[in-house]
Amino acid sequence: MASAVKLDHAVSGHHHDHDHGHHKETFITKYIFSQDHKMIAKQFLITGIIMAVIAMILSVLFRLQLGWPDKSFPILETFLGKWAEGGRIKPDFFLALVTIHGTMMVFFVLTAGLSGTFSNLLIPLQIGARDMASPFLNMLSYWLFFLACAIMLGSFFTQTGPASAGWTVYPPLSALPKAIPGSGIGMTLWLISMTSFVASALIGGLNYISTILNMRTRGMDLWKMPLTIWALFLTAILGVLTFPVLVAAVVLLIFDRSFGTSFYLSEIVVAGQTLPNQGGSPILWQHLFWFLGHPEVYIVIMPALGITSEVIAVNSRKPIFGYHAMVYSLIGITVLSFIVWGHHMFVTGMNPFLGGVFMITTLIIAVPSAVKTFNYLATLWRGNIRFTPAMLFAIGLVSFFISGGLTGIFLGNSVLDINLHDTYFVVAHFHLVMGSAAIFGMLCGVYHWFPKLFGRMMDEKLAYLHFWLTFAGAYLVFFPMHFMGLDGVPRRYYAFTEFEFMKEWLTVNEFVSWAAIVAALAQVAFLYNFFHSIFYGKKATPNPWHANTLEWTTPVEHLHGNWPGEIPAVYRWPYDYSKPGHEEDFIQQTTPFSQTMSSNLLHDFEGNMEAERIQLDWEAKHKHEMSTRV
Amino acid sequence: MKRVIEGDVQSLRARKFLMWLFVISSFMFFAALTSGFIVYTGGSAERGIKIVLPQIFKFSTGAIILSSITMYRAYWAAKRLDFTQEKRYLVFTILLGILFFAFQLLAWHTLIEEGVYFVNYNASQSFIYVFTGAHLLHIILGIFFLTYTLLGCIKNIPHNHNLFRLEVTSIFWHFIDILWIYLYVFLLLGQ
Repeated sequence: MASAVKLDHAVSGHHHDHDHGHHKETFITKYIFSQDHKMIAKQFLITGIIMAVIAMILSVLFRLQLGWPDKSFPILETFLGKWAEGGRIKPDFFLALVTIHGTMMVFFVLTAGLSGTFSNLLIPLQIGARDMASPFLNMLSYWLFFLACAIMLGSFFTQTGPASAGWTVYPPLSALPKAIPGSGIGMTLWLISMTSFVASALIGGLNYISTILNMRTRGMDLWKMPLTIWALFLTAILGVLTFPVLVAAVVLLIFDRSFGTSFYLSEIVVAGQTLPNQGGSPILWQHLFWFLGHPEVYIVIMPALGITSEVIAVNSRKPIFGYHAMVYSLIGITVLSFIVWGHHMFVTGMNPFLGGVFMITTLIIAVPSAVKTFNYLATLWRGNIRFTPAMLFAIGLVSFFISGGLTGIFLGNSVLDINLHDTYFVVAHFHLVMGSAAIFGMLCGVYHWFPKLFGRMMDEKLAYLHFWLTFAGAYLVFFPMHFMGLDGVPRRYYAFTEFEFMKEWLTVNEFVSWAAIVAALAQVAFLYNFFHSIFYGKKATPNPWHANTLEWTTPVEHLHGNWPGEIPAVYRWPYDYSKPGHEEDFIQQTTPFSQTMSSNLLHDFEGNMEAERIQLDWEAKHKHEMSTRV
Repeated sequence: MKRVIEGDVQSLRARKFLMWLFVISSFMFFAALTSGFIVYTGGSAERGIKIVLPQIFKFSTGAIILSSITMYRAYWAAKRLDFTQEKRYLVFTILLGILFFAFQLLAWHTLIEEGVYFVNYNASQSFIYVFTGAHLLHIILGIFFLTYTLLGCIKNIPHNHNLFRLEVTSIFWHFIDILWIYLYVFLLLGQ
C-alpha cells in the first residue's frame, strides 16, 4: 500500500519537474545564474575573451621591455605605479607578467574559454540532447571558473604582486615566500585560483562525458558523432584523469609553503640563512606537475582540432578525409599523452635510459598528429572550397600545427634538448603548435558558430582583416625566436643587454615587439566585430553554412530544451557533403535514406540486407532517370 | 507522460554516471599521491615510513568494512520497499562512518605521541597524514551524502529518486571503503 502511494507521488513529482522549464525566467536566472547550456557557453566565451585580452596586454608589456630594454615609457608608471618606476618595468614584475600571461592563456583562455565554450554549446546541440546531464553542476562549473579568474586578477592588487615563478611554478622558487616578492601572497592566490579552476574543469569534464555517453538522440551512435564531439569527449576524459594529479601536487605545495613540511624542499640557503626544511625532492613536483602539464597541452589543442575538422569539411563541401582515422588518431594522442611527461625533464639528471624511453614515446605522437594533418590536406584537396572567415582560421591552424609540430621532433630528442632546453626555441615551438594553433581553432569556432550563439552574422570584411594581420603577426613574432633559441638565448630573461652574446639579438627583439604590437592591435577588429555583431549583426538564417550537423536544425531563437517538439532522430553520419546523385551538396543527419534514394550507396546501409534490397529495386526501376542525370 | 518519464530516467542515469566519473577522478588524485610517495621514498635510503603503523588503523578498517555491509543492507531494504529498515541501516552506516573518523583521529594522536609529526624532515611520514587526511575529507563528503539520502527517505520523496540517491551514495561509500583498504595496504607494504 505504502509503495502504491509512493509511486503515485512519483508520477506527480515528474510532472512538476517537467513544468519547471516553462516558469517565467528572471534576469538573474536567465543571464547570471543560468542553467541553460547555451547561456553558459556564452558566459564561458565572453569571460575567456576578456581573459585573453588581459593576457595579451600583459604580453605586450613584457614585449616592450624586451624590445626596448633601455628606453623609458613614462606612461607605464602612470598605470603600473611602483612596478614601473621611471617608466621601466621592474625585473620582479617582468617575471610576474610572464607567469600570469602563461597561466591565463593556458588555463583560462585555451582550456576554459575553448573547451568550456564549445563543449557547452555543441555537446547537447550536436548529439541531440535538451541540456547537460546536470545543468546545476554546469552552472557551478562556470562560477568556479569565474571565481578563479577573479582571484587571479586580484593578485595584481597586492603589495608584492602576482605569482612570478613561471606558469609551471617549480619549487623551491614557488615554495618559499621569501624567494621573490611574487612567491608571497601572489603565489598563495595563484594556488587558490588554480584549485578553483581545477574544480571547475573537473565538474565540467564529468558533465561532458556523462552527457555524451548517456544522452544522445535516437540513431546517434558513437560512429555518427561529429568530430567536434569526439574531440571534446576525449579532451574531457584527459581532464578528468589528469587534473586530480595537479590537485595532489598543489596540496603538497601548500603544505610546504604554509605548514612547514618538506615534500619539495631540501637544504636551502636564503640570504645567508639556512632554512629548516630537509629531505624534500623538487623533482617530485616536476613529475606530478608534468603528468598533468603534458596532457594539458592536448586538452588545449584537441578541441581546436575537432572544431577545425568540422569547419574544413563544411567549407570544402567534402566528407572529412578518413573519419575513422581522425577518431583513432585523437584516441592515440589521448593515450600517448600520459606517457610522455618526462620529455619536460630531460635535463633534471634523469637516467639516460629513461630519457630514451620518453623520447621514443614522444616521437610516436608525431604519427597521429601527422595522420590528422594529412587528412586535413586531403580534405581540402580538390574541394569546392569556400573561404569563409572560419575556414581561413581553420587553414591557419593547420599551418601553425605543421610548422610548430616540426620543431617538436627536435625538442623531443633527449640529446638535442640539452642544448635547446629553456631557450627561445621552446617558446617558439609551443607558441606555434599549441598557442597560435589553439587560438586559431577557437577563433575559427567563434566565427563558425556565432550565428548559433547569437542568432546574427559577423562582418566578413573585418574578419578577413583580423585573420591576415593575426596570421602574419603570429609568424613574425614566433618565427625569429627559433633562431634565438638555436643561438642559446634563454627564455624568461629580463634584459638582453647584460650578456655579450645576446646583444646581437636586440634588433630582432625590437622587430618581434613591433610585430606583437601590430598583431595585438589587430584584435581590436575582432573585438569590435564580435561585440557589435551581437547587437547589430545581420540576422542569421537557421543553417547559414549549409552544414549537416544537428545544431543547425534548431530554431535561431534559443529555446530552453533546444528543439520545440520532439528531438530529431539521426540516420546518417555528419559528413554527407557533395554526395553524387543528390540535388544539393549537403544532406543533413536528420534526413533518412528513404528520402535520398538517388544518392544512396550500398555501404551506407552497413550490411542491412533489407535496405540494400530496397535500394537495388529502386535503382532498377529508375535506371533511365539515373543514366540521363549522369 | 511517457516521454516525460523517459526523460527523467535518462537524466537520472546520466547523473548516476557522473558519480562513477567522480570516483575515477578521485582515484586519480590518490594514485597521484601514492605515486608521489613512491617517487619520493625511492629517491634515498634515508626516506621511508620507518615506524610500525598505529594498531588503531585495524579498528578503523573494521569499522569501515562493517559500514559497507550496512550500506548494502540499506540498499536492499529500499529495493524491497522496506523503508523502516532502509532508514535504520542508513543511520548505522552514518554512525560507523563517524566511528571511523574518530578512530583515524585517534591514530593521528598515537602517531604524534610516538613523535611522528606532520612537519617532518622525512616526508614519507608526512605522507601518512596526507593520505589519511585526504581520505577523511572524502568520509565527510560521504556522511553528507548519507544524511542527504536519509533525509530524502524521511521526507518520503518519490521512490525512484530515493533509490537514485541511495545508489549514488552507495557507489561513493563503497568506493571510499575500498580506497581506505588500498591506502592501508599501501602503507603496510611501505612500512
